[in-house]
Amino acid sequence: MSRHVVCPAAELPPGTRKVVVIDGREIGVFNVEGRLHALLNRCPHGGAAICSGVVTGLSQSSGPGDYRLERRGEFLRCPWHGWEFDMATGQSWCDPRRTRVRSFEVKREAGGDLVMGPYVAERYPVTVEDTYIVVDL
Amino acid sequence: MRIPFAGAIDCDLHPPMPSMAQLLPYLDDYWRDQITNRAIDRMSFAMMSYPPNAPVSARADWRAAQTGRSELDTLRTDVLDAFGLYFGIANVMHGAIALHNDDMAAAICRAVNDWLRAEWLDREPRLRGSILVTPQDPAQAVAEIERLAPDQRFVQVLLPVMGEKLLGRREFFPLYEAAERHGLVVAVHAGSTYRYAPTIVGWPSYQFEDYVAQAQAFANQTISLVVEGVFHRFPRLKVVMLESGVSWLPMTMWRTDKTWRGARPEVPWVDRWPSEIIREHLRFTIQPFDAPDATAVGQTIDRIGTDQVLLFSTDYPHWQFDGADVLPDGLSPHSLMKILVANALETYPRLAQVATTLAAEQAKEDVR
Repeated sequence: MSRHVVCPAAELPPGTRKVVVIDGREIGVFNVEGRLHALLNRCPHGGAAICSGVVTGLSQSSGPGDYRLERRGEFLRCPWHGWEFDMATGQSWCDPRRTRVRSFEVKREAGGDLVMGPYVAERYPVTVEDTYIVVDL
Repeated sequence: MRIPFAGAIDCDLHPPMPSMAQLLPYLDDYWRDQITNRAIDRMSFAMMSYPPNAPVSARADWRAAQTGRSELDTLRTDVLDAFGLYFGIANVMHGAIALHNDDMAAAICRAVNDWLRAEWLDREPRLRGSILVTPQDPAQAVAEIERLAPDQRFVQVLLPVMGEKLLGRREFFPLYEAAERHGLVVAVHAGSTYRYAPTIVGWPSYQFEDYVAQAQAFANQTISLVVEGVFHRFPRLKVVMLESGVSWLPMTMWRTDKTWRGARPEVPWVDRWPSEIIREHLRFTIQPFDAPDATAVGQTIDRIGTDQVLLFSTDYPHWQFDGADVLPDGLSPHSLMKILVANALETYPRLAQVATTLAAEQAKEDVR
């Protein structure tokens, strides 16, 4: 396992996303209302760049004619075929056991901790004063 | 292949269509007057989906056998005895369901149902009945279900596959509610009221095309029932497709599943695979099966994922098979047990009730 600093936290405010390349893999890093998610930018179904999809909630119902949008901001909808994935786990809502987008651990780390190593700061000179987004591969 | 043992349940057989003259005693004074004085009693009311003289409407040897014997004796000899049936469910697709006058349609449906009860069910204990209703008037359909539901010999409600509307729509929910509450199955039979062309792109020239196109209508109704959430609302309801053919089903299941993965938020009450809902709630009679050989029959069942959805039928007197080969080749002995008996008992609460009662009586007998 290796850990990668992908950007200063200030570059990924709530409501934004960023696709970065780590070890040759495209990974989408999302900040949804302060919650961070990192997902492989490849839909397990047809290979679409899924991280350009809509971040949305889950349509739920108690029966015909009843519509509710729940868990807002927790689901990513693939731009090609509309399959829905739980951003926290990468699991497909329709087929959670067999279909999932690869997800990675992502967190904020203080610069002071990072400069101690053994992290790989690929593009960013890390300073003690700032906070950074770090992805575990 | 032939039927390997006696005691099967035939979920789709047809007594001969009653003439208006036969139905007159079952109409009230008003409707008898209307129908006689407007010369409607001379009309055949045959469904145009089944022209009486078309080859598919009656097998030649069965057609010939009808002369000189009572209709009931003919049915006994040709079907009930010939195939050793335990039960046969009689479906009368009377043309009254195509009338635009909802009240006349409902009156004639009541007469058909009372005629079926008096002339067939009262005389032959192996027969069970279907309650014919006019789908375009759900309130009268519900009233007819309520009127006949106390008679346990009626085991299902009968609708045409091509009426005015897709059957998943909510205006039909009261009908499904009544059926579920009374332990009745909803049966959908081939046939059109011709409110629309029987193909989605217009009127065909030939009856040939009309008959083939019925399978698409069954696929449309299957999707409608699932996607509109009928079984979410009525979790104990079963819908039986009669004379639907079977081999189109795996493709429809697969395509509906595939589309659900992306289109699901549009119909959030569809909360599991459509194919799973179909396997649980829909049943299909196997005459015709519409597969060329034993291998294709086996593959079709594999792709449906279960043999539980299949129900035995002869579709008598429609010409779906020759001689005594009433079953498609390629069914395993285990599947045959299910298709001929067990699946019907699992589908029809009222048949299961009879079977349970008989088993209890048999057990008492054994103790003595």
